[in-house]
Amino acid sequence: MDFQSCVNIKKEWDIVGARQLGRDIAKKIGFGTVDQARIATAISELARNIYLYAGTGKVCFEAIEDINERGLRIVAMDEGPGIRDVSQVMEDGFSTSGGLGAGLPGVKRLMDDFDVISRQGEGTEVRVVKWLR
Amino acid sequence: MEANLKEIVLNNSNDIVKMWLGEVEKHRKHDYTSSISDELFESTNREFVNVIFTSLEKQGATNDIEGFAERLINLGWPLSYLTDGMQAFRRVTINYILGQSTKVDTQYFSEVLGKVDEWVDPVINQLVNEYSGSWENIVSLQKVALQELSAPLIPVMENITVMPLIGTIDTERAKLIMENLLDGVIKHHADVVLIDITGVPVVDTMVAHHIIQAAEAVRLIGSTCILVGIRPEIAQTIVNLGIDLSKFPTKSSLKKGFESALELTNRRIEDIQSKNNEIEELVDSLDRE
Repeated sequence: MDFQSCVNIKKEWDIVGARQLGRDIAKKIGFGTVDQARIATAISELARNIYLYAGTGKVCFEAIEDINERGLRIVAMDEGPGIRDVSQVMEDGFSTSGGLGAGLPGVKRLMDDFDVISRQGEGTEVRVVKWLR
Repeated sequence: MEANLKEIVLNNSNDIVKMWLGEVEKHRKHDYTSSISDELFESTNREFVNVIFTSLEKQGATNDIEGFAERLINLGWPLSYLTDGMQAFRRVTINYILGQSTKVDTQYFSEVLGKVDEWVDPVINQLVNEYSGSWENIVSLQKVALQELSAPLIPVMENITVMPLIGTIDTERAKLIMENLLDGVIKHHADVVLIDITGVPVVDTMVAHHIIQAAEAVRLIGSTCILVGIRPEIAQTIVNLGIDLSKFPTKSSLKKGFESALELTNRRIEDIQSKNNEIEELVDSLDRE
């Protein structure tokens, strides 16, 4: 797949970089301030998950421009330990790191489409889309 | 042999400089220096090549390089200009020496390469060190500056303090916020602390988690924490994320938060003007009668 741009996540400050790039792209596509905040927050969650659980990975952005639909696709990829039980992490309040446990379920609510592919020991890929309407 | 090579270069410095200038000019078109005026570029090139030759002449004369690098750093020239220039000098010099000599065997060739590297590498090293030293310095200064800005606590009134937060909150800053908040509450005998997040661009679960923890800690030492400055879009994302902020009061603006802080400490703001008006009205009505 051809991505517009990617940000590598290695340090905590890379989360800020990913968020800013995502927000810029969202602004360019034409999202309003509320959706920009939603997208930036979702990126922040995904990038932080990479930083906390996998160590390194990347967040990629792709502007979708179809005839009838426009939107932003965000893909967060890592080669970390993977998620043992995906349905468990999608429950509100579940966290292995003492956090709020609202990250992934929160992202699902912030965005329109949501997809997690994870294999234990191989890594995780989270694909989300926000449609412009 | 050694002195020989150096002599060739020094004696023919004019030719080499000319070739070098051509080379640098060629590189210039497709990169960074396009915004720099031609005269400045030319004079800097001249100075650069002079510095190279003086350092060549007096092996180990580093003061010139130091001064030159410092000036370029202050002017904001990119490091790549200098490294490109030095590489161009290496290329030009090797080509020139090889072009001058009649016998070119492998031994001579490697000797020339080694010798030129010996001239060029120390200069490159020094330039890079100067630059990275100045960057490290800037970064560490900015880190200190950022830390000073990080988490100020402002006592606005007896028993009421405000902590305005601006910018991204990372783990390190969150720790600092917590410490400053608790220290400040004790120091200023604050009953109410207002945490203002107007300037925080994104509130994700981590930021919310830290704020909740800070508020909880403030509650434990007997004060009340009010979260203010929640912009509408932030409110929506907090709801979407499903974060529960109901354990402590929240307000949309610092003004509203301050009003309820006054309420909590049994005070209120009164308008002096309106009181005067009332008295005037009273006097007026008495006059009329």
